[in-house]
Amino acid sequence: MTPTEIKETLDREFPGSVIDNEELAESQIELKPDQWLEIATYLKNDPGLNFDQLECVTGIDTGEDGPLQSRYNFHSMEHRHKIEVVISLDRNNPKVASIEQVWRVGDWFERETYDMFGIIYEGHRDLRRILCPEDWEGWPLRKDYEAQETYHGIVVPKIKEEEWE
Amino acid sequence: MGVVQGDQMVLNIGPQHPSTHGVLRLKVWTDGEIVSEIKPYIGYLHRCFEKHSENVTYEQVIPFTDRCDYIASMNNNFGYVVTMEELMEIKVPERVEYIRVIMAELNRIASHLLALGVYGLDVGAFTPFLYMFRDRERILDIFELTCGARLLYNYMWVGGVSHDLPKDFERICIGFLDYFEPKIKEYNDLLTHNKIFLERTADVGVLPPDVAINFGVSGPNLRGSGVNWDVRKDEPYSIYDRFEFEIPLGEGEFGTVGDSFDRYWVRMCEMKESIKIIRQAIKDLPDGDVFQTIPKKIRPPKGSIYRRTESPRGDLGYYIISDGSPIPYRVKMRSPAFTALSSLGEIAQGWMLSDVIAILGSLDIVLGEIDR
Amino acid sequence: MTVDNLMNWFAELGDFPELAFILAVLICAVPVFLFIAIYALVAIYGELKISSFMQDKVGPMGQGVGLHAGKWGLLQPVADALKLILKEDIIPASADKKLFILAPFIVFIGAFIAFAALPFNQNLIIADMNIGIFYILAVSSLGVIGLIMAGWSSNNKWSLYGAMRSAAQIVSYEIPAALSIIAVIMLTGTLSMQGIIQHQSGFVWGILPNWIIFQNPFTFAAFFIFFVSGVAECNRTPFDIPEAESELVAGAFTEYSGMRYAFFFLSEYANMFIVSGIAVTAFLGGWQSPIPGILNSPGWGLWWFMSKAMFLIFVMIWFRWTFPRLRVDQLMNVCWKGFTPIAMVNIFGVGIWHLMLG
Repeated sequence: MTPTEIKETLDREFPGSVIDNEELAESQIELKPDQWLEIATYLKNDPGLNFDQLECVTGIDTGEDGPLQSRYNFHSMEHRHKIEVVISLDRNNPKVASIEQVWRVGDWFERETYDMFGIIYEGHRDLRRILCPEDWEGWPLRKDYEAQETYHGIVVPKIKEEEWE
Repeated sequence: MGVVQGDQMVLNIGPQHPSTHGVLRLKVWTDGEIVSEIKPYIGYLHRCFEKHSENVTYEQVIPFTDRCDYIASMNNNFGYVVTMEELMEIKVPERVEYIRVIMAELNRIASHLLALGVYGLDVGAFTPFLYMFRDRERILDIFELTCGARLLYNYMWVGGVSHDLPKDFERICIGFLDYFEPKIKEYNDLLTHNKIFLERTADVGVLPPDVAINFGVSGPNLRGSGVNWDVRKDEPYSIYDRFEFEIPLGEGEFGTVGDSFDRYWVRMCEMKESIKIIRQAIKDLPDGDVFQTIPKKIRPPKGSIYRRTESPRGDLGYYIISDGSPIPYRVKMRSPAFTALSSLGEIAQGWMLSDVIAILGSLDIVLGEIDR
Repeated sequence: MTVDNLMNWFAELGDFPELAFILAVLICAVPVFLFIAIYALVAIYGELKISSFMQDKVGPMGQGVGLHAGKWGLLQPVADALKLILKEDIIPASADKKLFILAPFIVFIGAFIAFAALPFNQNLIIADMNIGIFYILAVSSLGVIGLIMAGWSSNNKWSLYGAMRSAAQIVSYEIPAALSIIAVIMLTGTLSMQGIIQHQSGFVWGILPNWIIFQNPFTFAAFFIFFVSGVAECNRTPFDIPEAESELVAGAFTEYSGMRYAFFFLSEYANMFIVSGIAVTAFLGGWQSPIPGILNSPGWGLWWFMSKAMFLIFVMIWFRWTFPRLRVDQLMNVCWKGFTPIAMVNIFGVGIWHLMLG
């Protein structure tokens, strides 16, 4: 199925959850975070879609005052079609349902996005930092991240920004 | 499973440990010798690759990608430049494509040699490790001849490669392949068909195919479970669709389909297939200029792309978002060993402590790639 | 009979029986200790060089006998020994100090006193007891206690794992080893070491030595059972799960450093020698020459014993670098479900063969 057909199927099954966003490419669908868990289960179990591979979960910070996004890449081994789901979340309270029970690979992917961006995946059984130490402060990959000064007495070096023409 | 009982022992394997997988900590709950739960703790090798790549230009990201999976640097570079060239719609000359395939496949052989040698070391066979490293040295010598570096190459650039092949590359490469093919038989005689090795690996750590797909396992680990999925054949990139090679699958010859022996065997067979690809590529290698399509300045159009390629560990994916400037907005590397390690907690339950080491070795993880 | 001979000699000089006994024992024990030390150095060097030949590497080089760069690296074991002696002696703060210090000694004692009954020669045997081989089998189990003490007192979970596995392994593999020796004793009728060797004198059909390994197909099998059980008792690959490097660092000995570690190391090599020594005595004719008629003077007898034992040690080293290691439960399976039944069948077989064919 082409991405447009998938978009229409989702719009039919879950009316009101597909958001039209001109900036996205054809294979990307933006969804509202409300019914995400049901939609995810549908994407996996429906025989016509059968997205059994969750390839990647990426977190995006769209800039100052913009929303945080959680993007999911799906692929179906049987039908060989792909789709990308974009979910925009409010910067100050980024919460979305966790899909780690549907695709077990989501467990570590969501932990990483939580660690780097601070997006809270509700329903995740063990949401804690994965790459940074457990007591690290701040969300490193956000654009407005300022590293803490010291960590247990060790000075944290700063990344210098340089001008490139 | 998950409720800690009163008489269980909690052990730490790592972070400093003689197994050379890297800096990894495994917290293991055991009842005597039987493991009931494993939790991996990673992040010891986190070098902020993704944050760095938001502060340097697109060309300067390539050395960073080298250092993520340092055993298979060529394949990391390959994934990145293939993704960038799709984003920017650059078509590279034929010679560049062939050179890239040759280098990527040589690096696949080198990476598998290391994985298999270290796996033998984990189960106690000291000698195949040294034999495989001896042959890996010859591949690293070929790389050194081409681009000057033995391990971290920075070889494939967006639009081309950094150095053309040296003059007598074909003779040296074919010489190596002729020397190496009989060695695979030597490894099989020494290790693969050894009864003790089979007892340690057959039927151990079985990964059923549907669990494997659900856990995002890919590459030789997935093919060891019998699933026919190889990005080079199913979503071909570069010129892989021109070569004839087969995809070895795990068949459960000595145990169940999907056990550690199958993963080991798939890697052994993949080396043979890589030799086939390299021979075909060298035969058809065209002439040309490798530097002509390298752009002076990389300014991709606004947009995002996710593309995956086949690294020796599985599906290596790059998610790149560009905002039109020479500096990337977001680069995310989806590493195959990350997902393979997350499945360890599931596969290794109920096995003994020695088996955990054997299963970990068969998954072939590199911490540099997991932590980035 | 050496201690007895020395006692008789001292009795001729004067009447001081207790002092004579102590002197005699010292005169016998000190050379054995020196022998163990030198033999361990030779064995370590041999292991490094043999492993390098098998693994396509070069091994210790340089330090030729004239201290210039050469191919032999003969001073390497000396450097190793010096390093171990000069290392700092670290005792973990939370370790059980008394047991920690005592453990290497007990392991070493277990290996050392077995040397008292090894027949190096027609005349060179410290104590030719009439229960010689029984004595050796009994005292070589002392080492297990030392190992468990080492693993427990280190206060380290990995050491405990290693010690438990090791204790289970050594205790289990004693049984096939002892049963194989019983097959030998049935033929010789005596437990004394020299007596067993005397039984193997002579040649069959003029050229084949009358060694026990050739006397009976069941003793042929018993030799292999004994040898492999001996390898397991020494904690060598393929049975080195207690010291499996890739899992347990160094097993029960992880926390030991310097001279204490050297003692464990020494006793491992001493154990290898004892196992080889018993195998040579019981199955391969001891110090007797394999060639009829010649080379059987006492000097040559020592040479034959040492060369046969060294050959078996070479085979042990060869095993280590060829095979992967067995997992603990597979190890136990092999012992209890494999070797022990075969060893019992051997005993019956030896008896029936001997009865029917004289």
